[in-house]
Amino acid sequence: MKLAPRLAVFLAAVTLGAAACAPQTSGNSSSGKDEKTGTLRVWLFQEVNNKPKERAVDAVLAGFERAHEGTEVDIEYIPVETRAQRIKAAFNDPSSAPDVIEYGNTDTAGYVEDGGLADVTAEFDAWDEAKDTDPTARRSVTVGGKVYGAPYFVGVRALYYRTDLFDEHGLDVPRSLAELAATARELRAAEPGLYGLAVGGAYTYGALPFLWAHGGELATGEDGTYTAAVGSAAARKGIEAYTALFGDDNCPTAKCAGMGGNDTVTAFAAGKAAMAIGGDFSHQAVEAGKVKGKYAVVPLPGVQPGSIAPAFAGGNNIGVLKSTAHRSLAVDLMKRLASKKAQGELFEAMGFLPTFTDVRARAAESEPFVKPFVDTLEAGTRFVPASPAWAQIDSSLVLPTMYQEIVSGKKDVAAAAADAARKMDDAFGSAG
Amino acid sequence: MTATARARTGTPWIYLAPALVVLAGLLVYPVYQLGLISVLEYTQAQVSGGQPTSFQGLGNYAELFGDTEFWRVLVATVVFAAACVVSTLAVGCALAVLLTRVRAVPRLALMLAALGAWATPAVTGSTVWLLLFDPDFGPVNRVLGLGDHSWTYGRYSAFALVLLEVVWCSFPFVMVTVYAGIRAVPAEVLEAAALDGASQWRTWRSVLAPMLRPILVVVTIQSVIWDFKVFTQIYVMTGGGGIAGQNLVLNVYAYQKAFASSQYSLGSAIGVVMLLILLAVTLGYLRLLRRQGEEL
Repeated sequence: MKLAPRLAVFLAAVTLGAAACAPQTSGNSSSGKDEKTGTLRVWLFQEVNNKPKERAVDAVLAGFERAHEGTEVDIEYIPVETRAQRIKAAFNDPSSAPDVIEYGNTDTAGYVEDGGLADVTAEFDAWDEAKDTDPTARRSVTVGGKVYGAPYFVGVRALYYRTDLFDEHGLDVPRSLAELAATARELRAAEPGLYGLAVGGAYTYGALPFLWAHGGELATGEDGTYTAAVGSAAARKGIEAYTALFGDDNCPTAKCAGMGGNDTVTAFAAGKAAMAIGGDFSHQAVEAGKVKGKYAVVPLPGVQPGSIAPAFAGGNNIGVLKSTAHRSLAVDLMKRLASKKAQGELFEAMGFLPTFTDVRARAAESEPFVKPFVDTLEAGTRFVPASPAWAQIDSSLVLPTMYQEIVSGKKDVAAAAADAARKMDDAFGSAG
Repeated sequence: MTATARARTGTPWIYLAPALVVLAGLLVYPVYQLGLISVLEYTQAQVSGGQPTSFQGLGNYAELFGDTEFWRVLVATVVFAAACVVSTLAVGCALAVLLTRVRAVPRLALMLAALGAWATPAVTGSTVWLLLFDPDFGPVNRVLGLGDHSWTYGRYSAFALVLLEVVWCSFPFVMVTVYAGIRAVPAEVLEAAALDGASQWRTWRSVLAPMLRPILVVVTIQSVIWDFKVFTQIYVMTGGGGIAGQNLVLNVYAYQKAFASSQYSLGSAIGVVMLLILLAVTLGYLRLLRRQGEEL
């Protein structure tokens, strides 16, 4: 009987709780208000070297405040690492949420599913500058045929290589993926202390160009009806080509299996790798490293000699939150932040590639360094499935797990790819 | 029922009321929410109001139990926690006995070293251990002449490395508690054992261990709970679960489900399963002891 009173108290508390509290759900509908004055709150990402970005953005904000009397913009730079929590919290608590946010373009579909972003299709289509937006960037703000923001900049990866080592060993810049693998092994043999081509088992966006170049796809289908395609024969060939780069003859599995994108770029910047797949956004990090002045960049080659492997078009967008009480003002601010002029200035400040084809072409003329990246973009880029399931697939590490299972010898390519496809289909099925 | 008897049944509850209210607010309510969320469809879309919350019954549990990865992680967690508990207790008790047999200066040094390990935050400890065993820059490989051997690549070697760190940061609690217990054992008893010619091991097994039993019970349960719930060390040292998730334990797995991929309901279901397992282990252990005639 000793337990009985305790049990009674417990049960009483449980019933009391059950009557009172269901888990929290915020009523995140559009506020319906469209005030023409007041304070707009903006969240942009805090970059590693943020000062130039702040200056470029401040110019835009000053223009906005001049154009709309009685408005004020309250800007906050949020750390990239904790953005997911911050933005989720903003969706949960509309009263303290910002009006305009910057967000990663792979998150678009997830945020739309969460009910956080406002549909700005009409305004985007009526915007005269929008016609020059490149198609991939446009796709990255589109879910189910509707537009949920304006592209802010694109990020794309290409092949960094050490010019001094290539000269020393009389090597030519690889023109196909097969040549790339052969060159990587030659470099590793000649310089046993270095990785030939630094690859990482957790470096999804470095691995995907191999898959795409061999004709593979992540998933096929349209909104809501995606089916994983990583198990197809073409995709498996691409997976095979990437995983074959792990091993003592290029990048020892024990060290490289766990590496992510940053690790490979860090290894290259520190002079521990002869080649690496890095983004235009990695430029600063490499310039700050030991290899400054001893490297060059070319587009990552494709399967056919002289072709370019399709790259992943990363980047960020600017969106308006559904809960904003200043919809017209917020949309105007979005357009100003993502305008041709502002993107041109952002490029000059930070080196982030513009999403407008004409602005980007001018940028490439003024700054030769970005040419290989612009060439890569022009050759055609790919994007992850525009499905809310992607966020889940990405964060539950489906693809890194697949690559790591193969390189560590736990599974062969066919089995690992089939497992990954099954997990992706589960996610597509549950999230639509 | 006399007045005194009624008072006897009622009064303790009045005294307990403040504590119970706090417990109910801080323990029962969250556990209740955990249980509730685990039977709902509750992802980010539901939290932020994009979609309505719906009752799933035991659907989340069915999904969990149907997932082979969950069972693999569960087995790994149980084996890993058991290994950690046994190692921690062995190291802690051995060093506690050692403490009673060395002079003041080495005793102080050992105590300070142990307290240092105890006071180190888990994240810091894990990072330092990782650095010690780093394939490129770590002193351990250099001293052992292992070249660029990677400790975190193999499943067992990565688990072993984490086990070392877990033992390192949790043995001081066992050591200090057991040491205090040994100090409280009357000297005559030990003297009598010594006069009877008992060996070190015999003294520990037949004299100290039985007398320290209540203390050992507490540190064992404590260690079981700690080591079953280990998160930081695995998360930091194996980069969130190791190559292809080979070093996942339940807590990290739950984190991955609940927070990384926003499947709060699935994460809650894992939490409930962990809670039930821990309750079962602890109650089973206490019951076993009681059957052996220990009153706790």
